[in-house]
Amino acid sequence: MSVVSAGVVEHTDRGPLGRDEMARVLAGDIPRGAYVNLGIGQPTTVGDHLPPESGVILHTENGMLGMGPAATGDAIDPDLINAGKFPVTELPGASYFHHADSFAMMRGGHLDLCVLGAYQVSVSGDLANWHTGEPDAIPAVGGAMDLAVGAKQVFVLMSLFTRTGEPKLVRECTYPLTALRCVDRVYTDVATFEITGGDQVLVRETWGMSFHELRSRVDVPLTAATP
Amino acid sequence: MTRLCTSVDEAVSGIADGSTVLIGGFGTAGMPFDLIEGLIRQGARDLTVVSNNAGNADTGLAALLAAGQVRKIVCSFPRQTDSWVFEELYRNGKIELEVAPQGSLAERLRAAGAGIGGFYTRTGVGTLLAEGKETREIDGRTYVLELPIAADVALISAHTADTLGNLVYRKTARNFAPVMATAATTTVVQVRHVVEPGVLDPEAVVTPGIYVDRIVRVAAVQGRAA
Repeated sequence: MSVVSAGVVEHTDRGPLGRDEMARVLAGDIPRGAYVNLGIGQPTTVGDHLPPESGVILHTENGMLGMGPAATGDAIDPDLINAGKFPVTELPGASYFHHADSFAMMRGGHLDLCVLGAYQVSVSGDLANWHTGEPDAIPAVGGAMDLAVGAKQVFVLMSLFTRTGEPKLVRECTYPLTALRCVDRVYTDVATFEITGGDQVLVRETWGMSFHELRSRVDVPLTAATP
Repeated sequence: MTRLCTSVDEAVSGIADGSTVLIGGFGTAGMPFDLIEGLIRQGARDLTVVSNNAGNADTGLAALLAAGQVRKIVCSFPRQTDSWVFEELYRNGKIELEVAPQGSLAERLRAAGAGIGGFYTRTGVGTLLAEGKETREIDGRTYVLELPIAADVALISAHTADTLGNLVYRKTARNFAPVMATAATTTVVQVRHVVEPGVLDPEAVVTPGIYVDRIVRVAAVQGRAA
């Protein structure tokens, strides 16, 4: 059963969203015709839920607009890969460009939206997603910092809790930061959130948990998105 | 003046110990495998290598690292499941690592090639990668100063060159090559095809020959990017 409680749509008759469902929920909020960059890992799967009629044009950091679905069989071309270095296809109207141009698109504010994974997001929209900070970790940033500061909107796709049950939506990030005050929305298995830049995070929808229970599980002030 | 070389060994000749070497490619797409193999045979040591990644599996850049010729690597993303050669060297303290945001890496190369002494960017502000770097407020926003990366040699791959050094690339194998070609004293290009001047459509040339010093034609290898 889904109910609207204090302005939050609660789906309490089921468990949390699966990974594919999370990607589908996020994809449903991408505006028609947007220029979008999908980060490596789970964010890439959002593309599976963007039909051609969405008019969304995918950017890949390694120099392409109009990226198509994953390539299989004879369509695999070692010269045509995505940011995760998997073979992809090109759609009609695609274009190629070099790396400085590709990142000028990000840093110059030309991309409408990017989707990134995260270790942590803070109340104010700080993002930590590139480095665990552990002494023996090998730091690797790729294009994450450029996307986070450059895209007009930043959507994060992540599980709400770590494997040990710690919430990843936090008051202050303890992991090394990727960028300050950059996240607009957070899509998780348990709830979707809007970051407003204030001291509260708005909750739009929950799965497998009531808004009331969510508040008790996350050490961040939460309010309903539409009271 | 662009020189058409008759062998890979001729193309990579004269690279000195201690050189800074730009190596094109994103993962293996656009990686100049033949030139790297030539550099391993040539044997220059104590190199600083600038490339997006830190090598994949046991070939290409990974093989150069394994040969012990690289003192330092500047890259954006060294942590990949098949970057075991780099990981072992790094964990044993046998290679120095400078991590740069990918856009800053590309723009630092572009700056070197364009005679720009540095630039301010919002990328990295407030993070570990901006520590120790100058920051500046511009129109109410904070920016961090990034400096150019100029190099002695660029090793890149393209699809087709004419004998004047004009280059065209293929799909996402282009990646860093056009900016690296501008940022090095000597730019060396491996290509699949060499044609006479006039064959390439001037409107379609991506890298004009003024940036290219040496070209060598290499054979296609199945399953390997151009």
